[in-house]
Amino acid sequence: MSGLLELTVAAAAAKIAAGEISREEYFAAWMAAAAGDELNAYLFSVENAGDYQVAEGPLSGIPVAVKDIFATEGSPTTAGSKILEGYIPPYTAHAVRQLDAAGARVLGKTNMDEFAMGSSNENSAYGPVLNPWDRGRVPGGSSGGSAAVVAGGLAPCAIGTDTGGSIRQPASLCGIVGLKPTYGSISRFGMIAFASSLDQCGPLTRDVTDAALLLAALEGRDPCDSTSVGIEGGILAPGAEDLKGLRFGVPAELASDAIDAGVRAVFEATLKRIEELGGEIAEVTLPSAEHGISAYYVLAPAEASSNLARYDGVRYGMRADGDGDLIEMYETTRAEGFGPEVKRRIMLGTYALSSGYYDAYYGQAQKVRTRIAQDFAAAFAGVDFVVTPTSPSVAFGLGEKTADPLEMYLNDFFTVPMSLAGIPAISIPAGLAQPEGGGPELPVGFQIAAPAFAEQKLLEAAFALEGSIGFAASTPGIPYLNGGGEPA
Amino acid sequence: MSDLEAVIGLEIHVQLATKTKMFCGCELSFGEEPNTHTCPVCLAHPGVLPVANEQAILYALQIGMALECEIAPRSIFHRKNYFYPDSPKAYQISQYDIPICGPGRLGDVRIHRAHLEEDAAKTIHLGESGRIHGSAHSLVDFNRGGTPLVEIVTEPDLRDAAEAAQWARLLRETVRQLGVSDVNMEEGSLRVDANVSVRPAGSEELGTKTELKNMNSFRFLQRGIEAELQRQREVVEAGGKVVQETLHFDPRSGDLTPLRSKEEAHDYRYFPEPDLVPIVPTEEMLREAREALPELPAARIARYEGEGLSADVATVLATDPETAGYFEQVAAAASAVEARVVGNWVTGELAAALRAADSETGAAGSKVTPEALASLVGLVAEKKISHGSGKTVLAALVEEGGDPAAIVEREGLAQMSSDDGELESIVAAAIAANPDAAAKIREGNNKAIGAIVGQVMRETKGRADGGEVNRLIQQQLG
Repeated sequence: MSGLLELTVAAAAAKIAAGEISREEYFAAWMAAAAGDELNAYLFSVENAGDYQVAEGPLSGIPVAVKDIFATEGSPTTAGSKILEGYIPPYTAHAVRQLDAAGARVLGKTNMDEFAMGSSNENSAYGPVLNPWDRGRVPGGSSGGSAAVVAGGLAPCAIGTDTGGSIRQPASLCGIVGLKPTYGSISRFGMIAFASSLDQCGPLTRDVTDAALLLAALEGRDPCDSTSVGIEGGILAPGAEDLKGLRFGVPAELASDAIDAGVRAVFEATLKRIEELGGEIAEVTLPSAEHGISAYYVLAPAEASSNLARYDGVRYGMRADGDGDLIEMYETTRAEGFGPEVKRRIMLGTYALSSGYYDAYYGQAQKVRTRIAQDFAAAFAGVDFVVTPTSPSVAFGLGEKTADPLEMYLNDFFTVPMSLAGIPAISIPAGLAQPEGGGPELPVGFQIAAPAFAEQKLLEAAFALEGSIGFAASTPGIPYLNGGGEPA
Repeated sequence: MSDLEAVIGLEIHVQLATKTKMFCGCELSFGEEPNTHTCPVCLAHPGVLPVANEQAILYALQIGMALECEIAPRSIFHRKNYFYPDSPKAYQISQYDIPICGPGRLGDVRIHRAHLEEDAAKTIHLGESGRIHGSAHSLVDFNRGGTPLVEIVTEPDLRDAAEAAQWARLLRETVRQLGVSDVNMEEGSLRVDANVSVRPAGSEELGTKTELKNMNSFRFLQRGIEAELQRQREVVEAGGKVVQETLHFDPRSGDLTPLRSKEEAHDYRYFPEPDLVPIVPTEEMLREAREALPELPAARIARYEGEGLSADVATVLATDPETAGYFEQVAAAASAVEARVVGNWVTGELAAALRAADSETGAAGSKVTPEALASLVGLVAEKKISHGSGKTVLAALVEEGGDPAAIVEREGLAQMSSDDGELESIVAAAIAANPDAAAKIREGNNKAIGAIVGQVMRETKGRADGGEVNRLIQQQLG
């Protein structure tokens, strides 16, 4: 049975389509794997396949782990928050319906930082997720559960959401592929909002081909999301073998920033690989990108302060009644229901939008956002892609950064600019590096960003580079092959 | 200090009569069971997104055009954040600094802006006060939540309560004729709030205003403004200062009580709604909106006055487009008769005849066809029948319809001609029967002529022309 779990999604789908394995058997194998979750990666997983029926389609028979931020009719959906404890949505998110329509089926709902606010998964009301490579370390966040189930052999693939790096950073820290598509390519309907102008759904998979397969099913215009447009021409399985004629821009600003030596070494080695594949490395400048974190931590909390105002105890979820009046009910419910990071961001955002401060904070941050988008547009006039390390470090220890929110926020340094610009970016595992301070080697992610809606081109380049890196074949630490995270 | 001038501006909320709500697919509610017209979107479940209602945008464009507003080539939605159970998202999607309709005008009042937004849910507070303070608990009905609204804001151009109520009536009639709202004040599909202040006459500066809410009829609107103006005048004349506050009108007592003062004023933390794209009306949308515009009351009044109708008759017709259409058909068929005369017949004699017959159909739905009335008006104008006989024929037409000429024939109402001497002898007999009156007339007291005219009319059963009778009496007594 373990042989089934070693298949990529593309390989399993092909075998299912050819009748070599049955959908029921395949789903049962993954259900058993999910049931053995020791990483606290699942908040809920299917325990009984029931009357197993799925649609015919490119993902027919494929189980998918879904971040608990997506509404699933009839199943608990908490967004990692106590305030939604016990909440059962009356409808299903568009992204999940798209997967259903392609023949996939939800295997479980994955743990996450509360309302997607965090870079370590330590902000979940349901406890942190453990990194399958080293259970003393974080898997990254906020889609930490989705990254951990894929890396840990608890699901063949997963979907998550990325607001400032929440797919790419955990993918990087867990040694898998994570793609944040262009803003607007996948409907946000049913995806619990953190920062509406930044949130985007995307796949977390073992390889680039699987990411393309999921994206193909997920993307599309949805009349229920006015900001969704889909990807023109759709998405095909990538097949590029080299990078001839392609130019990869390395931001000059990268040199000045704190990147762990091991991460930098893997990044440099990957640039050499690009050249070996016929690609060209060029320097680009993103002069406003260094203000990305500052702008992001104004804009995202501002939108969040409004998006999270609906959790008031009146209609659903938790209510702390007390014996006081309406205002007291609101205050007590929200005081008890939200965790500290969520409260911090609501306060930040409320302040940034207050009359008298709006122009200085929200207005200014919007200007920075526009500048960053312009920086990328200027860079893409000269190069096809912009590349960076996904995260400045490998996975850090549980509790290591919780005391200092600002240090935690710097995890997003390389991923936030693309979110602000709305452009697609993928993180692929590029090698291993020792953490600062020593210890066993851990995965390092390599981020490739492309112009808006250039997902196909991005996937082709990532596919060619992935083949050259040979991460899965060359690394001894792949948990799902070597038992690191596999259930007993 | 006695010369204090009133300054009044209105804020009008118009519920649009679209099929569905502003941002979701729920059908609008008309008094159904509470919480039956709801969905995850209008209940603000986690993860839902709004989608703007195209029909509402079209209606807003029509209102803007009817108010001669500048239509924004691009407008955006904002979030207005506040916590209250009637707002399930804890923000209202509204428009802020870039509304769909900019400056305009209706009659003598300038329009500041008009924008699209969504209505709040209905809260019912159980307890003596009927308001949230002091209530035991509150219930929320989300049926109304998300109903499309257009908020129209005027400039402070109104100068007294009666003028404000009169202008509000014109606005309601205008919106009603657009067919975009039920504009029923009692049911809340039209809600008029007033911003009221006073200042020394001739001053350019605005005084501190108060906002008056919950005046659910034009009469209450006028009464509320009058009461508040009186109060403000007293405050200022006593050397005090008006405090900016929102006042709630109680229709039972006519009292105004503070709803919230400035100290409790919300900071709504407006910011652009990231879930919606800008409204950019296409040429096609603008054309569709323009083509759907009927002739509106203000324009119709001006046109009718230009055709010689009195201001009163023009206003009556302009506020009743169906009867106005009927009037225009009659006028066209009776082209030899002045429009003013036709207007008087339609709004005067015909309306009275319909009332007398307890008819509820209105002129256009009555048995009196426009052609019949045109023919009747023509008979009177040509003095083929008397005005009095005309009314008799009209009463018959209201009852049974048909051709006026045939009724005249059947009832023998054709005007008596003075040619054959019959009328002259009836006049002579009437003079003889009223010697006192005849004497007074000879002395120059013409008031006495009524008695003789009355007798002639009785004798002739109204078939004589009043003018002719008068002439003959004068002649015979002269």
